[in-house]
Amino acid sequence: MTDASETLSAPAARPAPASTARSLSLRGSLPVSTSLLLLLPLAVLLGWAFFLPIAKLLFQSISVPTWTAEHYLRLLDEPLYVRIILRTIWIAVVATAITLLLGYPIALLMTRARGLLAIIVAVCVFVPLWTSVLVRSYAWIVLLQRRGIINDWLLRIGLVDSPLTLLYTEGAVLVAMSHVLLPFMILPIFSTLRNISPDLTKAALNLGASRSRTFLSVTLPLSLPGVFAGCLLVFVLALGTFITPALVGGPRTLMIATLISQQATEFLNWPFAGAVSFVLLVLSVGITVVFRRLLGIERMVTYD
Amino acid sequence: MTEFAVGTRYKGKALPHGAFAAVTTWAFGLLCALILVFLALPTLLVILMSFSETAYLRFPPEGFSLVWYKAYFADPGWISATLFSLRIASMTTVCSVLIGTCAAVALVRGNVPGREFINALLLAPLIVPHIIVAIAVYLQFAPLKLIGTTTGFVLIHTALAVPYVVVIVSAALSRLDFSLEMAALNLGASRMRAFLEVTAPLVLPAILAGAVFAFLASFDETIVAFFISGAENKTVTRKLFEDIDFNLSPIIAAVSTIFIVVTIGLMGFGQLARRQFTSRT
Repeated sequence: MTDASETLSAPAARPAPASTARSLSLRGSLPVSTSLLLLLPLAVLLGWAFFLPIAKLLFQSISVPTWTAEHYLRLLDEPLYVRIILRTIWIAVVATAITLLLGYPIALLMTRARGLLAIIVAVCVFVPLWTSVLVRSYAWIVLLQRRGIINDWLLRIGLVDSPLTLLYTEGAVLVAMSHVLLPFMILPIFSTLRNISPDLTKAALNLGASRSRTFLSVTLPLSLPGVFAGCLLVFVLALGTFITPALVGGPRTLMIATLISQQATEFLNWPFAGAVSFVLLVLSVGITVVFRRLLGIERMVTYD
Repeated sequence: MTEFAVGTRYKGKALPHGAFAAVTTWAFGLLCALILVFLALPTLLVILMSFSETAYLRFPPEGFSLVWYKAYFADPGWISATLFSLRIASMTTVCSVLIGTCAAVALVRGNVPGREFINALLLAPLIVPHIIVAIAVYLQFAPLKLIGTTTGFVLIHTALAVPYVVVIVSAALSRLDFSLEMAALNLGASRMRAFLEVTAPLVLPAILAGAVFAFLASFDETIVAFFISGAENKTVTRKLFEDIDFNLSPIIAAVSTIFIVVTIGLMGFGQLARRQFTSRT
């Protein structure tokens, strides 16, 4: 019945009696029936409250009003919708580039800082990570609005005569999204940088390489897996972002997620919302599945 | 740690350290300082503004008062939304810990066909964009009259929070020295008793960390809550979203500050619990 797939070589003082011999292994120590019973609540919950609703939503997009591909054709025909999809991909790409440029130096600093500086850097990285996206979007609204802090200062210094339109623009969405996603770029890069043996950089320096040369020929190439993981993570998260474009972007800067919400709640066009959802799902889940080894989603849950 | 640190604390002795290197070190330091300001400033601004006297959001804020905090505690709308969020998050935590720990035991110790596949499916709630979950769940819940109900919220929030518990507790279980539990079994304890008296106390810190993550996953959850809140029962995140969108009173800054303090306090606790576990094994 049970099969000992990974027997532990535990230093048992005397051989265990036959009745407990089965439990000598870590894997497969519980019978199939018990295991499935333990998994049942999870399976029922996720099945009914998560997978089934999503399956229904996607099914609607091809079956309502009848079997049809009209919703998908509409998505591809309407220049407006094509523009929204392209804009979303564009914003995700630019946000990825910005976070990479801003994130790499901080990851580097995290590996080298000691003492008080290390604590300050860690606080600056983790506090935003653990602050609700709502709160951070609100902060950007306060900064960017017509009578906001930035305009207030520009007027005071005398740089501008009348307040600039900063909020509800693509630029505002990009700035706020880069801010929200920056920690997700920093942490994967930091974890690869931390694992580079200091002996390697020491060797390069001892062999006469300059510090910039050492960075370019040793540190940077070795940190590329982390860079790649961070870029993918930020890109996927950016594609599905809803709160930031909804609050900071306003109605003129629709992205895929805000389009789904608009179609569902304002136009009550659920089948079409399902079709757009399918496109977003394929993009984000597709990327994640293809690169899952590299991403290590489990690590996303808790950063060690 | 090695004593070798390049950059701001460069201590190489025999290495050439010219003017150029000094300039790049300074430039790097300045760049990092600017990026850290970009990271930290928005949150800091919100906290500072919550203590201002005026309704007009200026920086630096004028005066110091707790008027917006008083306004928050005196507002029945905010308080009922907060209590509703706390109730849902607590119930979600209990359900997630129970369901998630059982599943983690089955996945690490059990004999499950298609283990890898299940592990992959488990991560779906972390990957699927929440906007899709939100409208899908709305469609599922509306005919069942589950919109704006505690039951509906706890169901979907548990589905979204349970992967955290499974991942954290699984990791702890698979790092655990199994011979301890075996010793208990050899001494005649039943499997249940061996787990409850030997293994469970050892993975308790991980379970606590999982509980913290589950609580925050529910309490901070905004998008699904936005769609399935009712007129009566709305979460504090839904109320925040509405108020940010329609009126920008500094009460939001006060609520945000409370949010930040609660989240960071809990997260710190969760991290400590996990550290404790790693130091014990």
